Amino acid sequence: MSAFFHAEFFQTDLGIVILTLLETLALLVPLLIGVAYLTWFERKVMGAIQLRKGPNVVGPFGLAQPFADAIKMLLKETITPAGADKLLFTLAPMLTFGLALIAWAVIPVNNNWAIANINVGILYLFAISSLGVYGIIIAGWASNSKYAFLGALRSAAQMVSYEVSMGFIIVTVLVCAGSLNLNDIVLAQRHVWYAIPLFPLFIIFFISGLAETNRAPFDLAEGESEIVAGFFVEYSAMSFALFFLGEYANMILISGMTTLLFLGGWLSPIPFAPFTLIPGVFWFLLKILICLFVFVWVRATLPRLRYDQLMALGWKVFLPITLVYLVAVAGVLEYFGWLPNA
Amino acid sequence: MIVNLAFYLFSLILLASAVMVVTARNPVHAVLFLILAFVNAAVLFLLAGAEFLAFILAIVYVGAVAVLFLFVVMMLDVDFAALKEGFQRYAPVGALVGLVLFGELFLVVSGWNVLAGATAARLYPTPDNLTNAAALGSLIYTAYLPLFQLSGIVLLVAMIGAIVLTHRDRKRALRQNLAMQHARKPQDTLVLTRPALGAGAPLPAQEKETL
Repeated sequence: MSAFFHAEFFQTDLGIVILTLLETLALLVPLLIGVAYLTWFERKVMGAIQLRKGPNVVGPFGLAQPFADAIKMLLKETITPAGADKLLFTLAPMLTFGLALIAWAVIPVNNNWAIANINVGILYLFAISSLGVYGIIIAGWASNSKYAFLGALRSAAQMVSYEVSMGFIIVTVLVCAGSLNLNDIVLAQRHVWYAIPLFPLFIIFFISGLAETNRAPFDLAEGESEIVAGFFVEYSAMSFALFFLGEYANMILISGMTTLLFLGGWLSPIPFAPFTLIPGVFWFLLKILICLFVFVWVRATLPRLRYDQLMALGWKVFLPITLVYLVAVAGVLEYFGWLPNA
Repeated sequence: MIVNLAFYLFSLILLASAVMVVTARNPVHAVLFLILAFVNAAVLFLLAGAEFLAFILAIVYVGAVAVLFLFVVMMLDVDFAALKEGFQRYAPVGALVGLVLFGELFLVVSGWNVLAGATAARLYPTPDNLTNAAALGSLIYTAYLPLFQLSGIVLLVAMIGAIVLTHRDRKRALRQNLAMQHARKPQDTLVLTRPALGAGAPLPAQEKETL
């Protein structure tokens, strides 16, 4: 099999294109199935937390529920509200979902197993995740609805605020790893995962991730008790499903980023024989699953923040802490001569 | 070959969206075209091999500046039709100013002398053993450190200015002191009384407004 992929054909221009397409399929198909089952996982876990059963009718343990939902969404009517900007209204869900998927191009699921192992992988991830806000703003504006517009405004302000502290956290990790390449960042954690020396930043990164994906307790953009469903109140059928799936794909993405930056990516948590023989993909998926569980756990447990509390947390708590931590980490590394590539 | 084609494709989109920014009737569409122009400029950086600059452009301009811009434009509800009313009157003056600026640019560019070794340096901007980001950093933080710091200070001044402007009217600001709220106890605020018929209960002492 490996000899097949190293054949001469795959070194030609056409071969490289075909190979990349195959790699993309090999990543996207499991990812989309993962997104579908994440909705099932969330409903099951929340059911367990709230002493309910969760979906249990369609298929054994309700396992066919995501597909039943997908078919329901496909068969419903797509409604475009009067006065909506038609082009932007249809573009917004595609943008949200597309951005959630293209970010995966640089994520290494095992040593050197990324579709594109680029030098500035972490910058690419950060750029893509900061573009995610456009899908929401455009949706809110193009819907020509007050609730949708309020949701979009909230979400724009929120995502810009939390990106700042997220950026500082990423810079701190970069200073420790000495590289912008995701593969190198994971390999730099062979001896100790960054979650241990940078523990406060790990927690802040995860919380900022919750805010960046508009998940509870930061889901003010949806705020169903105040602004109905926020930015996607006018969406129905498949365009609604794209927003829904985009949110879950983003959750997996943020969990993946947390895993790569702080939890040692595909590295085995127990660094000796029987555990290091297990393929890295398994560890990577396990860590992502644990992060996702915390996402759901938080949603089932915590009440939504008030808007000014959300802003205060981002600007007055996270930003100063991450800023000081960055300077302190850089100072410690410089003083003890621990800077990589020095 | 493919790189050249990609360059012409993306620069064409860049120019077209830049034209749309000034001609679009709807201000929100104009900002969205501006964002498209930013993205295409980032792609041109990528094609030139400056991947660090490309992604920084995407993060800073597309991810932050343009979001705030869009935010403001969406809320302001600018009527572009009214803004464009005087177009006929001011067009000749604008064209004159544009012509003068273009002439100045032409004079500057035509009198430009390129150092002999500079062309080679521009073709291979970074040494092979250095990544883009490292090469940029080793210049910015050594030779151009004062300029870099100065530009940071300019931004800091602008930020302080913005904060001062929003805080001029401090009396209306509602603020919340979490520590004080948490320190509140029931006996500070609740009084159980059994008032006599027709006498009513005494009013409790007024609380401080800062709570």
